[in-house]
Amino acid sequence: MNSSQWLGLVTGVLFGFLLQKGRVLRFDKQVGAMLLKDMTIFKFMLSAIMVGMVGILLLANFEVITLSHKPMNVGAVLIGGALFGAGWAIMGFCPGTSLGALGEGRWHAVFAIIGMVVGAALYAELYPFFKATILAWKDFGKIGIPETLGISQWIIIPVFWVGTITLFFLFEKKKL
Amino acid sequence: MSFNLKKRRLKMKWKTNDGGWSPYLAGALLGLLAIASVLATTQFLGKTSYLGASTTFVRAAGILEQTIATDHVISNEYFTKTKVRVDWQFMLVVGIVLGSLISSTMDKSFRIESVPPTWKKRFGPSIGKRAFGAFVGGIIAMIGARLASGCPSGHGLSGMMQLSVSSFVALGMFFSVGVLVAHMVYKRRAS
Repeated sequence: MNSSQWLGLVTGVLFGFLLQKGRVLRFDKQVGAMLLKDMTIFKFMLSAIMVGMVGILLLANFEVITLSHKPMNVGAVLIGGALFGAGWAIMGFCPGTSLGALGEGRWHAVFAIIGMVVGAALYAELYPFFKATILAWKDFGKIGIPETLGISQWIIIPVFWVGTITLFFLFEKKKL
Repeated sequence: MSFNLKKRRLKMKWKTNDGGWSPYLAGALLGLLAIASVLATTQFLGKTSYLGASTTFVRAAGILEQTIATDHVISNEYFTKTKVRVDWQFMLVVGIVLGSLISSTMDKSFRIESVPPTWKKRFGPSIGKRAFGAFVGGIIAMIGARLASGCPSGHGLSGMMQLSVSSFVALGMFFSVGVLVAHMVYKRRAS
C-alpha cells in the first residue's frame, strides 16, 4: 500500500471507531431518526459539524487548506436527495454506516452494500442519460453560503451554534 | 437528594445506557478528526480531501466489472471520470469496518444481527424480506447519492462543515423524504 492508502486506512479506523462509540451505525437508530423517535444520529452529526466547521473554515481562511464545495446543481441535488432519502429509509443505512454496521456484526448490511454497488454500476450506465437531462438543468456551481448570502462566515457560525444548541435542548427535553 | 440527582445526570452525560459514548462527545471528537484529516491530506498528499464514502462504491463497482468486462469499464464515461482505483477514500471506507469491529469488540457491543428489531416488528423475521429491502433500498439510495454527488458523510458532515449551499439542500431532502418514506414503510400495522 502507498502512503495515501495508509493515511486513508488509519483515518477510516478512527472514523469507524467513533461512529460505533456514538451508536449511530444501527438500523434502528437511523430509522428511529426518520420516525422522529430517536435523535442520536442528529446529536452526533450536528456536534461533529459544529466543531469541524470552526477548524475547517479557520484553516481555509488562512489558506492552509482549500474548500471543496459540491456543485449546487438544482435538479440533481433535489431529485438525487429525494431518491437517497427514500432508499435510506428502506435500507436503514447510509453508505458509510453500512460498512460500520458490518463491523459490529449486523451482517444484513451486506445486502445493503451489494445493493449500493449495483446502484453505482447502474448509475455509471445511466450517466449519459442523466447528463443530458437532470444534470443539464440549472447548475449554480460550487457555492458556499457566506458568499451566496453576502454574510461573513464568522456571523453564520455563531448563528448555527445557537440554533443547534437550542435544538439539542429540545431533543433532551423531549427525550428523543 | 438534589446532589444525587445532579451526580447521576452528569454520569449519564458521557456514557449512554447501552455502554456507548454520549453522541455529543463522540460527534465532537469526529469533528476534531475531520479537521485533522483535512490537514493531514493537505500536508501529506498535497490535495485537501474530505471525509466521504459514496464515491468508493462507484470504484468498487468498476473494479468488480473490470474483471469480466475490462473494455466496457475503460470506455464508460463515468468510470473514467471517477477513476477506478483503490485510493485514499477507498481505504477510509475499509477502515470504517475495522474501526467499528475494534470498538464493538472492546466494549462487547458486537452482535450478530440478521433482522433488525424495527424491521422485524413490521415485516416479520424473514431474512429474505430484509435482504430484498436492503438490496432495493441500496440501489435507490446510491443512484440518489451519485446524482446529488454526496451522501450523509460527504454532504452531511464534510459539506455542512464547509457551509456548502448544496449540502444544506441535500441534507434537507435526505431527511424530509426519509421521514416521509419511513412513516409509510414502518408505521402501518404499528404495534
